[in-house]
Amino acid sequence: MLRICVQKTQGQFGLDVDINAPAGVTAIFGRSGSGKTTLVNAIAGLSRPDSGKIVVGETVLFDSAARVNLPPPLRRVGYVFQDARLFPHMSVRRNLTYGGDHDAAHVIDILGLEPLLDRRPAGLSGGERQRVALGRALMCDPQILLMDEPLAALDAPRKAEILPYFERLRDETRVPIIYVSHDVSEVARLATTLVVLDEGKVAISGPVGQVLSSPEVVPLLGTRTAGAVIVTRVAGRFLDDDLTELQFSGGRLLMPGQFGEIGQSLRIRIPAQDVILAREAPTGMSALNVLPVTITEVRPGRGPGVAVGLRAGDDQLLARVTRRSAGRMELAVGQQIYAIIKATAVGPEDIGG
Amino acid sequence: MMDLLGPSGWAAIMLSLRVAVVAMICALPLAIGAAYLLARKRFFGRQLLNGIVHLPLVLPPVVTGYLLLVTFGKQGPIGSFLEQVFGISLGFRWTGAALAAAVMAFPLMVRAIRLGIEAVDPGLEDAAATLGASRTRVFMTVTLPLILPSILAGAVLGFAKALGEFGATITFVAAIPGQTQTIPSAIYGLLQVPGSEPAVLGLVTVAIILAMGALLISEWLSHRMARRVGR
Repeated sequence: MLRICVQKTQGQFGLDVDINAPAGVTAIFGRSGSGKTTLVNAIAGLSRPDSGKIVVGETVLFDSAARVNLPPPLRRVGYVFQDARLFPHMSVRRNLTYGGDHDAAHVIDILGLEPLLDRRPAGLSGGERQRVALGRALMCDPQILLMDEPLAALDAPRKAEILPYFERLRDETRVPIIYVSHDVSEVARLATTLVVLDEGKVAISGPVGQVLSSPEVVPLLGTRTAGAVIVTRVAGRFLDDDLTELQFSGGRLLMPGQFGEIGQSLRIRIPAQDVILAREAPTGMSALNVLPVTITEVRPGRGPGVAVGLRAGDDQLLARVTRRSAGRMELAVGQQIYAIIKATAVGPEDIGG
Repeated sequence: MMDLLGPSGWAAIMLSLRVAVVAMICALPLAIGAAYLLARKRFFGRQLLNGIVHLPLVLPPVVTGYLLLVTFGKQGPIGSFLEQVFGISLGFRWTGAALAAAVMAFPLMVRAIRLGIEAVDPGLEDAAATLGASRTRVFMTVTLPLILPSILAGAVLGFAKALGEFGATITFVAAIPGQTQTIPSAIYGLLQVPGSEPAVLGLVTVAIILAMGALLISEWLSHRMARRVGR
């Protein structure tokens, strides 16, 4: 859908990437200063790469060799900025239709904008502003949607309020989305493809489940945020104990609270630091979730930690243990062991549709 | 009051208003253009343009008036061209007074409008561009409405400056009653004549009323506009 191969030098910083983004949500992840915003600005035409090529579908937006550089108004790129950038002198309605009124009724409906139409941007909350900004971008019928940290300026409750709208958008429109973020739980919930940028280069990329469960990603994401994402199905509920049972290819998991409908598919993120490894099936302990797994990779980091890749059924999990434990347990690729996941390790922000 | 001012006093007031309004209206689009270039564009000769715009502010008004006289007067290169091609004569006419007032008011207008443009987030213009708006549409629908309060401030400042302009005007077009004698030059002229204090007092009062009126109107308008742009 989107091919972006660009080079740009800005003072000390250099961006040099070659990314193929398929349909769905492609998350661009990286620390601040890794080149994420430069990259999306190049797609939107707000900054000009030194060289390279940007193609969306059949349309060439930029090609230094053929001297093509479409100006931003002709690119049909919907851009949702971190700071919303609503026009302060226009009502919400006029903001929405500034670039067009493509599929207006549907956009207003999926984003819940009806009650906001006659209000002014100054009176909206942060979450409402981002919904309006998203609606405004969608109504100009974009070939691609760019979202540059749209939730970064919001607090946790506002994020929780707006994420379901994004999930709905992802599932109901065919527009490919480039989603820039530095928040792993957002990426885990929304993305289908993940590209991790590090100092202007692509460090790793691929389907989100595969990338997040790869031990090599741990130092890039930070040891506290790394963790695999698996797709599960809601299999049952235990009302007495207030637990929900999730089924996936590697077994079943019990999670606290009641969420989802029976049979619904849910993505959950299991932080690597909350996975405990055991050589024998443990007995007499409080953790509810014990899964038989096979070690696929053991990767020592720079610090005291070791990232361990695990296969559970057809899914990949990721654990992080200390180097000392790894040595004492003699962890090795191919070994059959047990992964213990505390039911409370997965927070509500890590569960998505 | 009518008697106090006398016919020549009234002529000076009406002339001053006409000169100031025409000067302000003609200078405004140019001032917006210059302010936009200086605030947003980086080009070769930007500092030179900035210097030329500000020159009337720092030069002695007599020098500006003299320069106008040698360029726009009957013998001047631009003045004779305008006269021959368009039949427009500026020397010793009220049009010349308007030109002098516009030149002197220009830097003040540019400064006020430039401040307003610099306060507009260029990110809003980028956002409008990604939504498919051409540069012209971005300017007309986003930039211009957001800088209207500062354009208004610049216009009022320019009007007040044009109303009070003295040095460059009297140097360029002298002070011919009914032709080029504005309020300041009428007051100055009257002060040379013994026993004309009542007429001076009348003109001074009118000058104060006009200035205060312009200020109050602009305050009221900018208040309304500021509410409209959601600040």
